Amino acid sequence: MNYLVIIIGAILVNNIVLMQFLGVCPFLGVSKRISTAIGMTGAVAFVMVLATIVTYLIQKYVLDKFGLAFLQTIAFILVIASLVQMVEIILKKVSPPMYQALGIFLPLITTNCAILGVAILTVQYEFNLVEGVVFSISHAIGFGLALILFAGIREHLDLQNVPKGLKGTPIALIAAGILAMAFMGFSGLV
Amino acid sequence: MNQWKNFSKGFIKENPVFVLLLGMCPTLGVTSTAINGLGMGLATTFVLLMSNIVVSLVKDFIPEKVRIPSFIVIIAAFVTVVQLAMQAYLPSLYKSLGLFIPLIVVNCIVLGRAEAFASKNNLVSSAIDGLGIGLGFSFALVLLGGIREILGSGKIFDITLYSENYVTLLFVLSPGAFIVLGYLIAIINRIKKN
Repeated sequence: MNYLVIIIGAILVNNIVLMQFLGVCPFLGVSKRISTAIGMTGAVAFVMVLATIVTYLIQKYVLDKFGLAFLQTIAFILVIASLVQMVEIILKKVSPPMYQALGIFLPLITTNCAILGVAILTVQYEFNLVEGVVFSISHAIGFGLALILFAGIREHLDLQNVPKGLKGTPIALIAAGILAMAFMGFSGLV
Repeated sequence: MNQWKNFSKGFIKENPVFVLLLGMCPTLGVTSTAINGLGMGLATTFVLLMSNIVVSLVKDFIPEKVRIPSFIVIIAAFVTVVQLAMQAYLPSLYKSLGLFIPLIVVNCIVLGRAEAFASKNNLVSSAIDGLGIGLGFSFALVLLGGIREILGSGKIFDITLYSENYVTLLFVLSPGAFIVLGYLIAIINRIKKN
């Protein structure tokens, strides 16, 4: 039951992009085509789950153990940056087709606040490791859901006759606002 | 480039939010009130100023290859300073900004200025650049927060302007952030064209 609350809460009620405003940069940046949106989702999901596990272990067995909690921000961002590098190198060697699909998105992920945000939230909510993994997977699904829905909307927006001043980013932001309004319908679900 | 131009470019011409579209997460996340926007803006300005200064001082000692990780460590150190200082002296602001304080680390504006400006320019220009861009960012956040606060709760800086019976609550909630920012960017585009 507890897991169900975490999953529904993360995907629909507190959607990471539309309600918590984490990962808005890639949400606006790579949402022009559905295919790139899917690639980005895959890369984010992969790194998010890995980063949550690694930062959780570091928090528990290094930072808390030696009373270094104030180094959290520095430690986490370094771990995430090196993790992204490592994933890139390993993926290139082990699975070239997967690297082809996700490769260009990986460098962008270091400065994606969704990754660091979920890692910090997992520590803040005092989850255990399994809950943390469920939490990060659901957030990744929520990110993908918002991104792919938004990419679909933007593909249609390209064909519409938009007022001149609103073309490009402004109309995209307003469409995102309306999408967020739709997601507000889920509030109170958990 | 003269120093005044260097300073003032951050407000409209190269405004990080309205023109460069960087740092969107804190922009949308903390601007439910003008005062939160101001707090976030000034915290980011401090980090930007200090990291620009340090990066421009150490740029000659850092090997090209480990440049980005070193910048990130410098930025993260100053973010930790802000985080601890705010926790101690402004606990209520710290609470309302929440997660977005540690997330200054991944704000693309800060790393962007370190990489694009401070690593190529001298100390004085880098400091002025950091201050200008930071204040431009604060300006954008206060503007966005102010509009949302007036429309959504009928107040500005906690001074009541009109009765709560006439407010549109939507604007302090998340959809309002996207919609107001969309229209603001449209207006700024129009101003820039003239």
